[in-house]
Amino acid sequence: MIAFRGINKSFGTVHALGPLDLEVPAGQTCVLIGPSGCGKSTLLRLFLGLLHPDAGEIVLDGRALGRGRSDEFRCKTGYVIQDGGLFPHLTARDNVELMAKHRGLPSQTIGRRLEELSALVKLPEPWLDRYPAQLSGGQRQRVGLMRALFLDPDVLLLDEPLGALDPMHRYDLQDDLKNIFSRLKKTVLLVTHDLSEAHFFADRIVLLRDGTIVQEGTLRDFMDRPADEFVTRFVLAQRPMINAGGTA
Amino acid sequence: MRLLLAMAVCGSTLFAQGATVRVGSKTFTESVILGEILTQLVRHEGVEVEHRRALGGTRILWNALVRGEIDLYPEYTGTIGEEILGGRVPMSGLDSALAAFGVGVSRPLGFNNTYAIGVRAPVADSLGLRTISGLQRHPDLVVGFTNEFMDRADGWPSLRRTYELRPARVFGLDHDVAYRAIASGDIHVTDLYSTDAEIGYYGLRVLEDDRRLFPDYHAVVLYRLALRKTAPAVRHAVEQLEGNIDERTMIRMNAQVKLDRMTEEQVASEYIESGLGLKTKVESGTFRTRLLHNTLAHLWLVLVALSGAIVIAVPLGVWAFRHPNAGAVILSAVGIVQTVPSLALLVFMIPLLGIGFAPAVAALFLYSLLPIVRNTHAGLSDIPPPLRESAEALGLSAGARLRKIELPMASRMILAGIKTSAVITVGTATLGALIGAGGYGQPILTGIRLDSVPLILEGAVPAALLAIGAQYLFEWSERWIVPKGLRLKPEA
Repeated sequence: MIAFRGINKSFGTVHALGPLDLEVPAGQTCVLIGPSGCGKSTLLRLFLGLLHPDAGEIVLDGRALGRGRSDEFRCKTGYVIQDGGLFPHLTARDNVELMAKHRGLPSQTIGRRLEELSALVKLPEPWLDRYPAQLSGGQRQRVGLMRALFLDPDVLLLDEPLGALDPMHRYDLQDDLKNIFSRLKKTVLLVTHDLSEAHFFADRIVLLRDGTIVQEGTLRDFMDRPADEFVTRFVLAQRPMINAGGTA
Repeated sequence: MRLLLAMAVCGSTLFAQGATVRVGSKTFTESVILGEILTQLVRHEGVEVEHRRALGGTRILWNALVRGEIDLYPEYTGTIGEEILGGRVPMSGLDSALAAFGVGVSRPLGFNNTYAIGVRAPVADSLGLRTISGLQRHPDLVVGFTNEFMDRADGWPSLRRTYELRPARVFGLDHDVAYRAIASGDIHVTDLYSTDAEIGYYGLRVLEDDRRLFPDYHAVVLYRLALRKTAPAVRHAVEQLEGNIDERTMIRMNAQVKLDRMTEEQVASEYIESGLGLKTKVESGTFRTRLLHNTLAHLWLVLVALSGAIVIAVPLGVWAFRHPNAGAVILSAVGIVQTVPSLALLVFMIPLLGIGFAPAVAALFLYSLLPIVRNTHAGLSDIPPPLRESAEALGLSAGARLRKIELPMASRMILAGIKTSAVITVGTATLGALIGAGGYGQPILTGIRLDSVPLILEGAVPAALLAIGAQYLFEWSERWIVPKGLRLKPEA
């Protein structure tokens, strides 16, 4: 389980996040949604220790994230950003194996894991010898996912993982991602600005605005019992997509 | 690393300074000829000797002598009295005044090369100029003095005071350039040395020093007193010259070099044979050996300075990137170094490191820093923040991120900075010859002094080729140093 308790974060005089409390039970997928600048990415970066909260605590399986603890959290977390976040000077394989090699894992173990993951994300191994610049956006994202999953983390953080993809690739990868989430039983925190995508993945959707939670629940809750006018407007703005998708 | 060590060993033998006696000379032909005569005479005594030719002006030579970087050099009594001892010592007291510096002085060599003021004969005739005081009536004449004459106490400052001269235009230039300028009519008045071969050649009129300003400039040899113990034979070599070179002989030797295009080595050797009845070995070397020698010296300067700069500048760039506040200071500091004219930077190094290889390398090193520091910093700053964060989020330590992610991603920029530095250094290193560091600047300087285009090209062409070569070498090395993934064009 991961928990954010009493989080506050400002950048200089600009208030970014808080006060905010959020819990995600182990094995659940929680989707953070909201307009740009609402603080959803900031929350992920706080969890990874890339930023430090001004107040509050972040807890993973009962242990609080302290200033010196970032590495412990990072080991148990896979992080995927838009376009995969691959290092352009390394082949896909080197990107994926980077941490395993850094930790000195035996090459047999690495090879086996690579096979498993390549099957899991549906990216045939020969593609792994290519450089990021030689892969399509969807392939890059699959490689990014392999890298995030390589050390079998408990938590997956995905920051707009499908944001840079064209609709076809996006559709395929959405399906594959959802399968992976349910199969691996990871605790997932996914950021998107697309309500239909949020609905597709989420056990629970959390709508953020100006750094605080406006409402959490399912898409049905948002539509039937909106917490305020903003929720109604946010849902309405994306309704055509939802209707077309037929998901609500 | 092993390569660097190997280069260090080879370099130190190339520039070995062991027990070799070092003769210095100033940057004008007469001094170089006298230095060469001294060198050949010392060699004739069976002593290992090296001529560090055309090192610079009085200050540089004198300081080098006092610090023991050279052991002897030809000087003039007027210069010693006025310029070195500041005019406080009577001529009869030179010996003891110099001994306080650990320096001995020979008896006069036999000629007086005083300062003189010259005007082209047709100009002098048409204006009726015979004396220096006559110049008072012609402030419109353009005056070009050698840089040293402009600055030294017994030069232009006292000339202007003594003769109450107020010319409209005065500027400083190199001695050899001054002759060409006066011949072409760009300047009308210049300072001369009275033994200059060009006085006759260019048809110049020497104006009478009617107020007796210029003291005598009898040629002598200054040497380190310590030599009496370490190399007593040197004193004997010097004694052979005392009273043995008269004005006519000196003018003839100057003319042989400047007008007949003989080398200083040949002229010195001929003089020693005809004047002293001794046979000496001339080591002037063929074009090929000179080129090889200059190339080695030049490459060595560039390699040492550039390797040092890489070793220091890349970490400085990383540091500047990691600590933005200190980084701003570092970047502006190396930026300021770059604004110092390279010639000035070289000369600033002399009080700190003396003359020769060390100060030249130090100046080149400082000069090479900026492009590498700046490009390292820029290369690291150009890495997209999401990628930097991805590396951090993976759990890589700061050191591992630097090694595995950041430096490789910045490698193309860093390499471009090193390439810029290399090309700048190859060019700037030609100035090293001004402070005795050798290299391609040596033939260029000699060529300027002797007005010899072939000699200038002997330095300038290989220097240009080396710069182009360095450029290609780095472009070629990109494929080995910059990771392949960064050299790919993204697929649409």
